[in-house]
Amino acid sequence: MSYELVAGLETHIELSTNTKIFCQCTTAFGGEPNTHCCPICMGMPGTLPKLNKKVVEYAVKAGIAVNCKIRNISKMDRKNYVYPDLPKAYQISQFDKPICYEGYIKLSSGKSIDINRIHIEEDAGKLIHERGGTYIDYNRGGVPLIEIVTEPDFRSIDEVLEYLEKLRLIMKYIGVSDVKMQEGSLRCDVNISVRKKGEEKLGIRTEIKNMNSLNFIAKAMEYEFERHVDILESGGKIEQETRRYDSELNITESMRGKEDADDYRYFRDPDLVNINVSEEEINRLKDELPQLPDEKMHVFMNVYGIPKDDAELLIKYKKIAEYFEEASKDIKNKKLASNYILGQIFRRLPTDWEKEECGISIPPEYLSELISLIESKKITSSMASTALEKMLDSGKSVREFISENDMQGIDDDVLKEICMRAVSENQEAVKSYLGGKEKAFSSIIGYIMKETKGKADPQKAAEIVKEIIN
Amino acid sequence: MSKIKYLKSLLETKEISCVELTKKYLNSIEKQNNIINAYVNVTVEEAIKTAKKVDEKIAAGEKLMPLEGIPMSRKDNISTKNIETTCCSKMLQGYYPIYDATVWKILQDQNSVLLGKTNMDEFAMGSSCESSIYGATLNPHNTDYVAGGSSGGAAASVKGNMAAFGLGSDTGGSIRQPASFCGLVGFKPTYGTVSRYGVVAYASSLDQVGPITNSVEDAAIVYDCLSLFDPKDATSIGSKISTVDKLNSSIKGLKIGIAEEYFEGINEDIKSSIDEAIKAYEDAGAQIIHFQMPKLHAVLPVYFIISCAEASSNLGRFDGIRYGYKTDSYKDIEEMICKNRSEGFGKEVQRRMLLGTYVLSSGYYDAYYKKAQNLRYSIIQDFKKIFESCDVILTPSVPVTAFKKGEALIDPIATYMMDICTVPVNIAGLPAISVPCGFDRNKMPIGMQLIGNSFEDYKVLNAAYQYEKQTKNIGETSSYPEVEI
Repeated sequence: MSYELVAGLETHIELSTNTKIFCQCTTAFGGEPNTHCCPICMGMPGTLPKLNKKVVEYAVKAGIAVNCKIRNISKMDRKNYVYPDLPKAYQISQFDKPICYEGYIKLSSGKSIDINRIHIEEDAGKLIHERGGTYIDYNRGGVPLIEIVTEPDFRSIDEVLEYLEKLRLIMKYIGVSDVKMQEGSLRCDVNISVRKKGEEKLGIRTEIKNMNSLNFIAKAMEYEFERHVDILESGGKIEQETRRYDSELNITESMRGKEDADDYRYFRDPDLVNINVSEEEINRLKDELPQLPDEKMHVFMNVYGIPKDDAELLIKYKKIAEYFEEASKDIKNKKLASNYILGQIFRRLPTDWEKEECGISIPPEYLSELISLIESKKITSSMASTALEKMLDSGKSVREFISENDMQGIDDDVLKEICMRAVSENQEAVKSYLGGKEKAFSSIIGYIMKETKGKADPQKAAEIVKEIIN
Repeated sequence: MSKIKYLKSLLETKEISCVELTKKYLNSIEKQNNIINAYVNVTVEEAIKTAKKVDEKIAAGEKLMPLEGIPMSRKDNISTKNIETTCCSKMLQGYYPIYDATVWKILQDQNSVLLGKTNMDEFAMGSSCESSIYGATLNPHNTDYVAGGSSGGAAASVKGNMAAFGLGSDTGGSIRQPASFCGLVGFKPTYGTVSRYGVVAYASSLDQVGPITNSVEDAAIVYDCLSLFDPKDATSIGSKISTVDKLNSSIKGLKIGIAEEYFEGINEDIKSSIDEAIKAYEDAGAQIIHFQMPKLHAVLPVYFIISCAEASSNLGRFDGIRYGYKTDSYKDIEEMICKNRSEGFGKEVQRRMLLGTYVLSSGYYDAYYKKAQNLRYSIIQDFKKIFESCDVILTPSVPVTAFKKGEALIDPIATYMMDICTVPVNIAGLPAISVPCGFDRNKMPIGMQLIGNSFEDYKVLNAAYQYEKQTKNIGETSSYPEVEI
């Protein structure tokens, strides 16, 4: 009997506002414990929250970017529960009137993952278990979060991973979060159930809490899917419960059952007033949004003629995509720019972080200049490659390495002469080529390029050589 | 001349220095406080320090601000940096706030002289100060009786000439009721005009800080200083109107609303005092309009559901981990928090938190909390309607005069019922004042309440002021025996 996986996601994303959601403290990651705190985010008696306007703007932007409707009037609620990392014994969140609702993200297959809601809330502090005791660091307390809740639309782990990659990229593009999973600025709860293929009714679900790595999410889901199937196959019943993933043992384990589920006693936070977002404001924020990754992908592929895989690589890093756009702005052969970036330039940016930061030593105009020299046939691509290496080493423009003289190219008669010499001095290669070994031909061209210090147009040289041989 | 004005004139004419004035008050406290129990913490050093600063200003010939150099008291739920703020609870004994409440900042900027922090019912829950960990505050008018609550200490400090004015907080009548019991003026401003930042919350949507004073004019002076917009309080609006400037407006043609429901079950003495007050208003040319307020009967349940619900959440933070009471022995964190809270909170506070937790619980939310919110909204609408045809509403402040010591504790429900006249004001966020309007057969003070429309604090204050002026019943403010100058 084959089973189908059904999953829904709750994704917490830390917003990259400068200050916390209800006070003026910095949201910077790290810092000595309890140094990014004030009486307000410490929940000292008598303090009051004041909602950071930027948080609302960022949440609305996020909502627009994932096709949500935006509520003109929403409110903040208190979610009451006791835990030492939550100094007020309630988290200020949104319950029945989330600021954004009914959106979707389209996967590459064309399938839509429906987003039920996006709401604003505050992050809690962090417990640190150390030296036989438990310590509390409230630096993270009050950092603004949005929680993005999907419908149970996922049918495979791959869909989940693609959704998360897309979501991450969108949030990165619109600049509302740095979505650094390793710093916990994107965390995920996965709701998972299984059912027999073809069945309508959803199975009983479990929730795996608080994962911050795509790899762990995939492993945890895989484990949990098999656990469900095993239980059902052996005639058992799934318990509705909350579980945690242990990455060392690669298992999920129960945290609490349904009976122990908290009654959060949600009610409107009387310390905060309505959040009003006018249509004008929504439109203003919409106008502020940059081109989103999907749209960019479409342009790169269909307008610039970049192959899909290459376009994906460019788009994966917002700054790289922008660098590419800038570098290829005035040139016809956009693919050439893409090739240089994905080839020679990426070799110098081996890590994701370096690509993310777009640490390229030359400005995009320099690359653009280099490519236009190729396009106008003033230099050959071979010269360009050599020059690019030097440019990347020094951060200097192509003019530093290729003189006007170099750009003259080679007189046709001179080239012919060199080609004839190449044929006569590489008889072995000529023989192999005539014997059907295509590869041998390139060594003849290589000889010519070397002789001409790369100035020869390899295509032209090839034509001449073939003429001579034949 | 009102007390604050009088004291200021003494300071300005250098008849007395601020340090001398402050010492007189400190002496008065020293003499009486062991009996009255108005103060739970007397801040001698702080007071003298400020007084010296004021004297320097006077010596330099600088003009004084409205509350500059005026010795005052503050309820123990208003946070003061580095001064113990306990809310009169075991839970917060030894808690020294690391920041100042906005109202205290304002008074500090004014160089108002803080004499100390006054007694209150634990976390402002009660109406006799008897739920305070420090015990009841007695009524300086007659010490067989309590001063009322929850701002009983603030009222007693003023009544006993232990402060020129007192700051209290009012969630369901906690300023007006003790003012009424002590024969003083107590003013609860429109919700949002005075910052709540730094006031330890009981019920956030109802709490409001206000003055307890000897006269209406003093209340207006203090209110004008406090009613500033505070960017730290999202519900703060402030007020730009000087109510003091409006105190001399005529009340000819003023429309005063009377609802019979407010008079149900009140005692004869109170009834006749209020009737006399109504007559005084008519004599001054005011117009009496009778209206009905059938929802008044729903007000108490609405109040208790909402205030307890909010309190259950507001007080959740007191777990004894970072500050406050900590139990001696425990085996794990859960037991520690349970013990901290069970041992740190008094009975009344626990009762209200349990009630609040219950009404917010899933399965009960709709039946209680949601219904109460709906009713609250409809009560607000009712008041709006009434204020279309009235300027102010006149009611008794409390259906009874001061309780005898111990009386309020016998039957909590019966005591809750005594809030019927004051509570609607908080539910609707309205301004209201209690002014003395006579004495009962035991010679205990009776208070009359005037309620105004939102942000018409000036109308309430002026109407009260005109009454006070006309009847010369200014709560014995004409003599200042304690200062003896």
